[in-house]
Amino acid sequence: MKCDGHGMSAPASLTEPVFPPLAINPELVRKILVRFIQNEVQKVGFERVVLGLSGGVDSSLVATLASQALGPGNVLAVIMPYKTSDPKSRSDALQVVAQLGINRLEVDITPQIDAYFERFPDAEQKRRGNKMARERMTILYDQSSVFRGLVIGTSNKTELLLGYGTIYGDMASALNPVGDLYKTQVWQLADALGVPTAIVQKAPSADLWAGQSDETELGFAYRMVDQLLYYLVDRRYSKEEAARLGFEPAFIDDIIRRVRDNQYKRRLPVIAKLSSRTVDQEFRYPRDWGH
Amino acid sequence: MSADGQLTVGLAQVDSALGDRDRNLARHRQWVAQAVDAGVKLLVFPELSLTGYFLRDLVVDSAVRLDGPAMKDLLSLSSDLDVVLGAVIEEPDHRYFNASLYLSRGELVHVHRKVYLPTYGMFDEQRYLASGDRFRSFKTSFGRAGMLVCEDIWHLSSAYILSLESVDMIICPSASPGRGLSTDERLGTAESYNLVCRTYAQFLTTFFLYCNRVGYEDGANFWGGSMVIGPNGDIIAQEEDADEALVVATLDLGDVRRERLANPLLRDERVELTINEMRRAWHERTRKPY
Repeated sequence: MKCDGHGMSAPASLTEPVFPPLAINPELVRKILVRFIQNEVQKVGFERVVLGLSGGVDSSLVATLASQALGPGNVLAVIMPYKTSDPKSRSDALQVVAQLGINRLEVDITPQIDAYFERFPDAEQKRRGNKMARERMTILYDQSSVFRGLVIGTSNKTELLLGYGTIYGDMASALNPVGDLYKTQVWQLADALGVPTAIVQKAPSADLWAGQSDETELGFAYRMVDQLLYYLVDRRYSKEEAARLGFEPAFIDDIIRRVRDNQYKRRLPVIAKLSSRTVDQEFRYPRDWGH
Repeated sequence: MSADGQLTVGLAQVDSALGDRDRNLARHRQWVAQAVDAGVKLLVFPELSLTGYFLRDLVVDSAVRLDGPAMKDLLSLSSDLDVVLGAVIEEPDHRYFNASLYLSRGELVHVHRKVYLPTYGMFDEQRYLASGDRFRSFKTSFGRAGMLVCEDIWHLSSAYILSLESVDMIICPSASPGRGLSTDERLGTAESYNLVCRTYAQFLTTFFLYCNRVGYEDGANFWGGSMVIGPNGDIIAQEEDADEALVVATLDLGDVRRERLANPLLRDERVELTINEMRRAWHERTRKPY
């Protein structure tokens, strides 16, 4: 395998060849995910879903899948900009709403964020960003009860493994159709499903502040880390085996550390064990109990 | 079976409500009625069709006892046709098994307790279930049959043993979750099962009925793909999709005889050689000092 370091990537080019093991059959994946949404929403007595639509590729893809699964009238996209969000994000989100014909609600989170941080003016950007993600989560869950829809998540497999998300913020949802797709697979599926090309191709960003870039912040390109994660996680390559493929040892160590350090975000809170039948230890029931 | 040696079989490729036996029993009744209307004489339901698959602690609440009151309802499904269904059974000694039951004319004909319980990756069966200790064939109105539940077929010896009992038909109820993405039009699991089931049918010159379920449990998708395979390895009927469906096929039971004349693999099988070599290999393995 040719490995050209892990520098910044240009925005994903649709003409760029996909790393073959991560190439998908979009129609097959679309069918499985559309049925997943129908099944997991309807069998628990719901017909609708609510999602935060940022104008990025992950949420645009989830909106598209949800619209196909449940019908556009059963999807509520909540657009929640902060005053420093890129205006292009809002216009991209509006384009997706218009294209799909789904419901839209706009909530500017600036007043509630600013009111809070007036008390903590020295808060750094990351802290503010996490607060914004959690603020959006509370809005989604509030709208969820009004719209009578489940909150549908948009965290992809790359983000979940790297912990590149806010616990109880954007990582919170009732169901997540894209959590087992790497970012490079999200791009393929979004492109095949007609998500506007400009959205698929733009540089991924959490958009917590203008000009923020996932890949700058992470320090590597999604294309590269997805390949490494594929070998380490899906194929269970050892560090040494991955290094023999051409990945830099320091990069491998960094990724393994990130995956390990963020394990807590992928689990329920740890419970102090006292009884002989503890929730999630010996008390093991499926989520879909009775459905 | 009609006088001309034809048998119409049905595969009920259904979804199950997880841990809701009453709802699933009602659904079984509907599928049985539909199959009877379609002229089906043998109807196969998937693995654990009465309970759903990823039961975890629901195993205990979902179980039926072969000598218990719930059996009456199950047996009544088979008044107009033979039925294979999947259930958790609780033995009098309180061991729980993942079992397939063959019912005919209101009687229990055979029980197969799943031998190979997958406990790796996404599977955790041995945590909750006891494993069966035998592979046995049984007589039906349509010839000899044997049942293997899902993971059982991933062990070559299971189907081989049934073939030594001269089965005409292997029935495999399954709850296989789909996984393995590529650019192919089917998931990796679907490709593998097609290969395995067709291989058994052709190598053992027997009909092979594979009934897999559909639906989702905790995010896992069951991919369907139920198929009826002839003794030459050809697929006679298949539901490629993951929708609920009744797959109906009419088998010419004389195909087994004709295939075994054309390819006398079973006649030429060296059973004694196999047993001797296996015994030798086993002894050598167990003689190792550590």
